[in-house]
Amino acid sequence: MTPLLQVSDISKFYGVRLGCRDVSFDLFPGEVMGIVGESGSGKSTLLGCLAGQLAPDTGEVLFDTRAEGPHDTLTMSEPERRMLARTDWAFVQQHAREGLRMGVSAGGNVGERLMAVGARHYGDIRDQALDWLGRVEISEDRMDDKPTAFSGGMQQRLQIARNLVTGPRLVFMDEPTGGLDVSVQARLLDLLRGLVREMGLSAIIVTHDLAVVRLLADRLMVMKDGHVVETGLTDQVLDDPQHGYTQLLVSSVLQV
Amino acid sequence: MTDQAYNFAYLDEQTKRMIRRAILKGLAVPGYQVPFASREMPMPYGWGTGGVQVSAATLTPEDTFKVIDQGADDTTNAVSIRKFFEKTAGVKTTEETEKATVIQTRHRIPETPLSEDQVLVYQVPIPEPLRFLEPRETETRKMHSLEEYGLMHVKLYEDISQHGAIATSYAYPVKAEGRYVMDPSPIPKFDNPKMADCPAIQLFGAGREQRIYALPPYCQVVSLDFEDHPFDPSKAEHPCNLCGAEDSYLDEVITDDAGGRMFVCSDTDYCRARREAGHVGAQAAAMEEGANA
Repeated sequence: MTPLLQVSDISKFYGVRLGCRDVSFDLFPGEVMGIVGESGSGKSTLLGCLAGQLAPDTGEVLFDTRAEGPHDTLTMSEPERRMLARTDWAFVQQHAREGLRMGVSAGGNVGERLMAVGARHYGDIRDQALDWLGRVEISEDRMDDKPTAFSGGMQQRLQIARNLVTGPRLVFMDEPTGGLDVSVQARLLDLLRGLVREMGLSAIIVTHDLAVVRLLADRLMVMKDGHVVETGLTDQVLDDPQHGYTQLLVSSVLQV
Repeated sequence: MTDQAYNFAYLDEQTKRMIRRAILKGLAVPGYQVPFASREMPMPYGWGTGGVQVSAATLTPEDTFKVIDQGADDTTNAVSIRKFFEKTAGVKTTEETEKATVIQTRHRIPETPLSEDQVLVYQVPIPEPLRFLEPRETETRKMHSLEEYGLMHVKLYEDISQHGAIATSYAYPVKAEGRYVMDPSPIPKFDNPKMADCPAIQLFGAGREQRIYALPPYCQVVSLDFEDHPFDPSKAEHPCNLCGAEDSYLDEVITDDAGGRMFVCSDTDYCRARREAGHVGAQAAAMEEGANA
């Protein structure tokens, strides 16, 4: 089986400071990869490089495109990369405000990606938007409300609907549950897990919350100071951490 | 007679040359916003500084110049710009659309069809159609260059979801020659079809924003819409009260504080010409009857 994403030797420096260094991994279709680490460990930098938002200094990111097979997204032309970002990729931001258009209604937010790939039939766009709002448990009568009138959890669910409406194959998530209270987090995780299973999505989730990766991720990568210090199956890494930092991380989780 | 203190048409020759270059580039790439070094003009921004500079670079001593403001020849903006060029260029001026070779307009296209030997100059306040959807200029330029216009339809989608129909009634976005989405300046959408396949050259000048764009003659101009909500160039459902025209864009004029109102052609020259040709609207007919009784 061809990996959906093959990452090799990604390094990114900010001047003399290290962002991340020599990161390599493969991601297969339907697989969810978690990246954990403390603040400043380079996990968001890595995600930015993978999603084409930052230009890494070295390395390559091969994405298995529908038309032409594996293709290096870093040397791709910008129109091609942006096309991928609208169709096959999705990016869920930590802060829903960054991933949504706050001045546009919920329906319009979901419809934007459809219109960006050429949908020009109002009725169809609305039906699809409605269907997706239903899937993320936003009721029909909130469809024409602006996201400013939504709670944090609803905004995050709306962002997910907006991203998944074009049926992407790879989802990047940057702290999708950050800043939400635990009960809302739990429902969101439930929803995400359902969607990932149902649509066979591949996903890369960056988080510092070990509970999130325990629930969602098949595989785990632990980062520290820009380097990957440990990788493995999620349960294996969390139950039997080998590296000193991972041991510290696992033992630092508050027990209730 | 040109005031000798001014160069012909106020601007110096180098500036006119720079503006003409921008105009030529604009004509070559219909709808593309060409940056230009907009000059200070002796009028405030928002009063047509862009249009005036384009007119100045376009006028020749043989031209006949007409200025309209919302269709009218006799409003402040139109009168002052006309006088400005009478003084600084000494060109002939007219109020008749057929006789003009250069027409500067604020927010209307004349009702009388234009011809190949005419140039229509629009005053543009905000040249960027995506401005209110995406405030970053760096981002909108990228969207134009990559032809990412999904966002424009989001605006129309919002209109339909809120009002049941596309409620944008002026500055209705168009696509030129199947490539660039452009703002037609705040003309009523009633005028949009007149831009398409027009024999005259259409130039757009935005002074504060320092942009010029253009449509060459017989250019394809399509108003954006949805398949199930097609573009509709609407106008008030009345004939003109003065000249009886049913095909012209109308102004609604409130005549008293008891709900009295009348509809008159916004294009004053068109209305005048029709009345001179003997057309009589409802109100004019009533007044005549009153005089006869």
